Amino acid sequence: MVNTWIAATLVAVIAGVVGFFVVLRGAAFVAHAIPHGAFGGAAGAVLIGVNPIAGLGVFAVGGALGIGWLGRRGRHDVATALALVLMLGLGALFLSFSVEYAAAIYSLLFGEVLGVPSDELLPIAGLGIACIAALALLYRPLMLTSITPEVAEARGVRAQRIETGFLLVVALAATMTVPVVGVLLMFSLMIGPAATAGSLTRSPRNAIGLSVLLALATVWLAVAVSYLTNLPVGFFVGTLGAVSYGCARIWTARRRGRTATA
Amino acid sequence: MNQLLRALFAPGFFASGPVHAALVVGAVVALVTGAVGVFTVIRGQAFAGHALGEVGSAGGSAAFLGGANPLWGFMGIAVVAAGLIELLGLHRPRARDVATGLVLGAGLGLAALFLYLDATSSSTTGVAVTILFGSLFAVSQQMLPSIVALSAVSLVVIALCYRMLLLSSLSSDLAAARGVPVRALGIAYLVIMAVAVSLAAETIGAILATALVVGPPATALRLTKRPGGALVVAGLVGVAAVWLGIVLAYDSYYWAPAGHGWPVSFFVVALVFLFYLVAGAVTGIAEARRRRHWETAPRLAASGCAEHPGDAA
Amino acid sequence: MNVLPDHGADDPILSVDGVSVWLSGREVLHDVRFRIMPGEFTGLIGSNGAGKTTLFRVILGLQASSTGSVLVGGRPLTRRNPIIGYVPQKVFLDPDMPLRARDVVALGLDGHRLGVPLGWRRRRQAVDAMLDAVDARHFADARVGNLSGGEQQRVLIAHALISRPRLLLLDEPLANLDIRAEGEVVALLARIAREQRIAVLISAHDVNPLLPVLDRLVYVASGKTASGTTAEVIRAEVLSALYGQHVDVLRVHGRILVVAGAEGPSGVTFEETDGAAVGPDIVSLR
Ligand SMILES: Nc1ncnc2c1ncn2[C@@H]1O[C@H](COP(=O)(O)OP(=O)(O)OP(=O)(O)O)[C@@H](O)[C@H]1O
Ligand SMILES: [Mg+2]
Repeated sequence: MVNTWIAATLVAVIAGVVGFFVVLRGAAFVAHAIPHGAFGGAAGAVLIGVNPIAGLGVFAVGGALGIGWLGRRGRHDVATALALVLMLGLGALFLSFSVEYAAAIYSLLFGEVLGVPSDELLPIAGLGIACIAALALLYRPLMLTSITPEVAEARGVRAQRIETGFLLVVALAATMTVPVVGVLLMFSLMIGPAATAGSLTRSPRNAIGLSVLLALATVWLAVAVSYLTNLPVGFFVGTLGAVSYGCARIWTARRRGRTATA
Repeated sequence: MNQLLRALFAPGFFASGPVHAALVVGAVVALVTGAVGVFTVIRGQAFAGHALGEVGSAGGSAAFLGGANPLWGFMGIAVVAAGLIELLGLHRPRARDVATGLVLGAGLGLAALFLYLDATSSSTTGVAVTILFGSLFAVSQQMLPSIVALSAVSLVVIALCYRMLLLSSLSSDLAAARGVPVRALGIAYLVIMAVAVSLAAETIGAILATALVVGPPATALRLTKRPGGALVVAGLVGVAAVWLGIVLAYDSYYWAPAGHGWPVSFFVVALVFLFYLVAGAVTGIAEARRRRHWETAPRLAASGCAEHPGDAA
Repeated sequence: MNVLPDHGADDPILSVDGVSVWLSGREVLHDVRFRIMPGEFTGLIGSNGAGKTTLFRVILGLQASSTGSVLVGGRPLTRRNPIIGYVPQKVFLDPDMPLRARDVVALGLDGHRLGVPLGWRRRRQAVDAMLDAVDARHFADARVGNLSGGEQQRVLIAHALISRPRLLLLDEPLANLDIRAEGEVVALLARIAREQRIAVLISAHDVNPLLPVLDRLVYVASGKTASGTTAEVIRAEVLSALYGQHVDVLRVHGRILVVAGAEGPSGVTFEETDGAAVGPDIVSLR
């Protein structure tokens, strides 16, 4: 149980920070596609008998590079969709060959936070620090290319490289979190809290901070309720994310209405 | 000739009942997803399309829980999700992206719940796999009329709204100025997309449905710039991918490991991807040839050989 | 720093020499040549599709030209030129981004660098000073996507100016502004150009709002350009040659009215300026 809390906390911090940039760049599809597609790699790794994390990592990084490469030559959302289905299609193929798939696929997709072995905590923490360091390094160019790509280009920022770097960070985050919390949980944790924070605050720094806090609150609440009810954590995280964003939107709309009439 | 045919089609291919059903369903579904998908790609709604497919898996698993055919579950939830996406995040790109993402997250949460309940309430294991990854050979014969009818309705709606959809995809303000009910049209379109995605989910699985909805249309739009032509080409590319996929999957029973068929969905997805890459390469080569031609043009103009390089060709 | 040892104050900050650009088999710009001296306020005037944005992209080193050369600060083009500030034509600031006006300005300082910014107090002072300079202090902490078009334009100008450029390129900054906001932005730019000796190249499809402050103008039409002072360029011979058809410049009530045939710039008015009609320094014609 302690391990679960630690793992959930680590994942929430990372998802909160990465999620801020995902929402800022309107990259929810990519943030969904990379972890989800990487699941195919885990299935392949299980089939050939290596550690699923290796398979996840290979597919996540391959997917990130593939989406970056295809997106340069066509529409970005089309590239993402096709890279995703290709990886998932391979996953379907690998799954059809392995014998004991049902339980494994279920936990990879929807997460089983309630049983984290303690020797997985250290790698998660390490990769998490790497993710956040990489984002700190890319912070300013990421912001600039998100706001005015033309100016970024004029100032010598290679938008494509920054984009690829960002995709690789998402891939890194996916590799370490998916085996622990599953595809669904990671994705929901990246979008819901960050979007809620973004609609409640004005400065990027506050938005990142609030995003992390909300992610922590969401995951702690979800784990607790899941523990009590025995229902999947992913269900609670997904719903909590949507509900908190909905509440934030209603609240800001109300407040704007009140200041307008005042 | 006969030998070639025998090498291509494994014995029993043409006599098999499930194969016939799969060929018919696959072709019908590919035509619909091709037509609907062209607008999905033009309108930049690939993410919404994918989200509807995955959210649909919640409906599929719920229907399984209630003992109904998954198609109805897919469709019910996908239509609701389409309405939510359209109502939540509207004109601004980031709001739309986030709304789609949240609907997807919540829908997947529901899917997790229902699949979990499926797994605990029945002893059958592979439910999750069937719903998520589909199997064209397992499409039940009774569903055939429903699938064909739904496809026909979708095609008719697309044909009726064709010009309005095109205009509103170009610029919703422009369409609104011409009296197009943009909002209603947007919802209607998402509903049709939900139906198409559900049909695709029934054939190649909920999380692979995107392949048929996005792949062939994107391929077609690379090959032809005219939207009308793209509808036809997308349908043809889709049918080609599905039929070839069926043939290969049937053949794969005789590949290693013997006696184990590879999933049809995998072949369909791989072929769709391959077609997209090939179309990109073909247009890339044509583009490069044109560019080489133009690069010589300024010199010609400067030396007075041709005032308008286009005429020199 | 911006001090270029081999570059004196009397040398042009920008010289464009015989630049032609081909895009998709069409010559969008033909043999463009003009110079801008430090501190000069230059208008780049042309109708939609004349090639203004393309010319900016060439100067920024983002678009290769087929012929000709461009020198910025006396040096050939590089991909990243710190002495140029740029305000692009279309900037969509999404209200869904959690960004204040001051965050956008701060990104102008060092947004291209890797790593997180250090020295918060110094940065904050610099940003505040810049916001004061463009009269944007009172909405510094508002969400930038919710600001009005004119306010956003001022924020973007501050964003371009904070890195202390010596040449400021503004692509249609007056589009979508009402007459009052137009006047304010033009006065602001003129003041900054004068006080900080920044050369300004500003594109517009209408010369009128700029007339009070323009030192020189570059007129783009049919891919060709003419440059000089207003009095030099806005003349019947010059414009007729540019448009390739007869154009009359009429003086009515102290204003200049340019009248042309069917496809010409009919009805475009130019106010009369002083100065004798001297020949334009460069008129490029085929
Ligand atoms: N990448 C491109 N490929 C082909 N043609 C192009 C390309 N970019 C611009 N053009 C063409 O070059 C011409 C000049 O475009 P440009 O954007 O420079 O005009 P502009 O003067 O900035 O117009 P506006 O006032 O509308 O902004 C236009 O006719 C446009 O169609
Ligand atoms: Mg322009």
